[in-house]
Amino acid sequence: MYRYDEFDETLVRERAKQFRGQVERRLKGELKEENFKPLRLQNGVYLQLHAYMFRIAIPYGQLSAKKLRQLAMIADKYDKGYGHFTTRQNIQFNWIKLAEIPDALEALADVEMHAIQTSGNCIRNVTSDHLAGAAFDELEDPRPWCEIIRQWSTFHPEFAHLPRKFKIAVTAATPDRAAVKVHDIGLLMKKNEAGEAGFEVLVGGGLGRTPYIGLTIRDWVSKQDLLSYLEANMRVYNRYGRRDNKYKARIKILVNELGEAEYRRQVEEEFANQNAWEKVVLPQEEIDRITAYFAPPKFETLPTKSTTLDGAIAVDRHFARWTKNNLRAHKVPGYTAVHIALKPQGVAPGDASSAQMRAAADIAEKYGLDDIRVAHEQDLVLPHVKLDDVPAVYAALKAADMHASNAGLGSDIIACPGLDYCNLSNARSISVANEIQALFADPDFEDEVGTLHINVSGCINACGHHHVGHIGILGVDKKGEEFYQILFGGRADEKATIAEIQGPGLKHEEVAPALKRVIARYMELRTSKTEKLADTMTRLGQAPFKEALYASA
Amino acid sequence: MPLLKDGKIVDDVWAFVEDGHELSPGGCIIVSLGRFLSEHDQLLARNRSIGVRLAVSDNPELLAPFLDQLHLVELQFPKYTDGRAFSQSQLLRRRFGYKGEIRATGQVLRDQLRLMIRSGFDAMVIDEADAEAVFDFSAHEFSEFYQAASDATDTIFMKRQKKREEKAAE
Repeated sequence: MYRYDEFDETLVRERAKQFRGQVERRLKGELKEENFKPLRLQNGVYLQLHAYMFRIAIPYGQLSAKKLRQLAMIADKYDKGYGHFTTRQNIQFNWIKLAEIPDALEALADVEMHAIQTSGNCIRNVTSDHLAGAAFDELEDPRPWCEIIRQWSTFHPEFAHLPRKFKIAVTAATPDRAAVKVHDIGLLMKKNEAGEAGFEVLVGGGLGRTPYIGLTIRDWVSKQDLLSYLEANMRVYNRYGRRDNKYKARIKILVNELGEAEYRRQVEEEFANQNAWEKVVLPQEEIDRITAYFAPPKFETLPTKSTTLDGAIAVDRHFARWTKNNLRAHKVPGYTAVHIALKPQGVAPGDASSAQMRAAADIAEKYGLDDIRVAHEQDLVLPHVKLDDVPAVYAALKAADMHASNAGLGSDIIACPGLDYCNLSNARSISVANEIQALFADPDFEDEVGTLHINVSGCINACGHHHVGHIGILGVDKKGEEFYQILFGGRADEKATIAEIQGPGLKHEEVAPALKRVIARYMELRTSKTEKLADTMTRLGQAPFKEALYASA
Repeated sequence: MPLLKDGKIVDDVWAFVEDGHELSPGGCIIVSLGRFLSEHDQLLARNRSIGVRLAVSDNPELLAPFLDQLHLVELQFPKYTDGRAFSQSQLLRRRFGYKGEIRATGQVLRDQLRLMIRSGFDAMVIDEADAEAVFDFSAHEFSEFYQAASDATDTIFMKRQKKREEKAAE
């Protein structure tokens, strides 16, 4: 994990001090809310329905036990004892007092964390594959480049007031676990024909009101040129992105209005025009310094199979189910990555209590090489666990009530906070998600259904990523009543596809029964258990599923 | 409103002349980009100080052939959240090597000053009672920067490299 040097540390300390001054001016009335708003947003502070919300950056989703314990401390001291992990690998607190946020920022600086650029119209926290460094299918570890992008984008003086927010994701694996095609810029590490590792650059993907899949603007850019090429993209966007309408201000609209070829031409021209001193080129020693922090930990030489694990699986069917659903392949024999699914029945997806955060920290320290990741599915992941230790990890998770065995399954729902917390929202998300989860209350049934992605957003801003769920659910307000539109066929992986709206919205209580019919239809029609719903829909079209959706019960 | 130049309050000797209005015979004048481009021969022959005001959508590249004869470029902030002038300023300073004054006008708030200084602005019209103190505070609020920008600050990346070289030399 990257460690701050004195420069990084100075910057986050000065930021905390700066925000303390801005909050003081705001509380004294010297700073109007109108002028304070962009300042607080760039520090992750939103004004929500009931209180301020505070979003903390977890760069590329990586935490240590120490950092996670500090988040637990913040949850207890400044909030109501829990936090909400987000689809962008961050954490949010929903009940914090404005006057206390500067203290919380100081506490974050103590553990090399911050809330810089977690909202506002600037370059946001960079996200990545939660299995980075553990995955067997990655070209190389993408995290050094995420950290380099984090530093380059932090307080960038030219790009602090963009037309709209700007999200960058990086992956180096072929199964795309970072959803790079639905980001403003997605970077996919790959080799060129000469065998040199660099980046494919996708631009203009995004969800929200107008979903788009990102377009490949550059097939390959070298590591050396990455930051300069990003600057060229950012400058074209800052100068020409629309500012007349916030709903048309994302880069995806610029790319779409200019057309792919013209956007590419403008970026390439800007890139070619950069003077030598305008290029952002890090010395190789600096790249090496940052990369060294992500060197693989000292893995033991272990057999591929663990008799301890196999023995435990044989005697406990709940444990057996959990291992089947929550373990992910690791590049080193004898190791596995463990999903801690934060989606038990009846809880807001992504929520964790301070006790659970501490438990996860303890487990990571004892069994997980002190490494914890936040996945964009709003789960926690222990990327490096010995197979021999898996039974002990499960026991410890069970003691903290974090042993939901539904990772990647029907009840592992992505959902935004919805109308219960958010003042943008039109409809409740959490209660709909909970009712859908109840369809999968029988674990045998849930296993039989298999991999299924259901995503719920409370409004068209799409924080619950409804456009990329196999089944997407979008809350809308019709004359003061909540309705839910159902979308089919989305996916956020390397075959990224935007889901299609089926028809008239359903009432809150109609959603779960309708989905039950759709799932039954899927199980009738699929060729095998490994055919995902999105694949069945591609093969047969969406009509049979639409028919099931609207069939009266 | 006070005009700050290099952090100090100074008298404003410049006057903007609307398109189509006659130029006064003396004094320092600012004209729009459109007027400058159509009348630059006459304007530059006046032997007076000439400045150009760029709208946020104007392309600073059009001024590139004339920059060594210009004394001032005014860049605007119609709203303080409109960041286009930061790109214009970086282009003028770093792409085209402009050395004259870059002045910020419009909604200029103290919390933008650091970004302006870094992006190459050396003058700004700001509605603050104690403008010099506010400028001084904002200029020193942060002591480290990752990005090379238009100010002369050593970046963190450069400082790290210097440290490595010093260590290697020991």
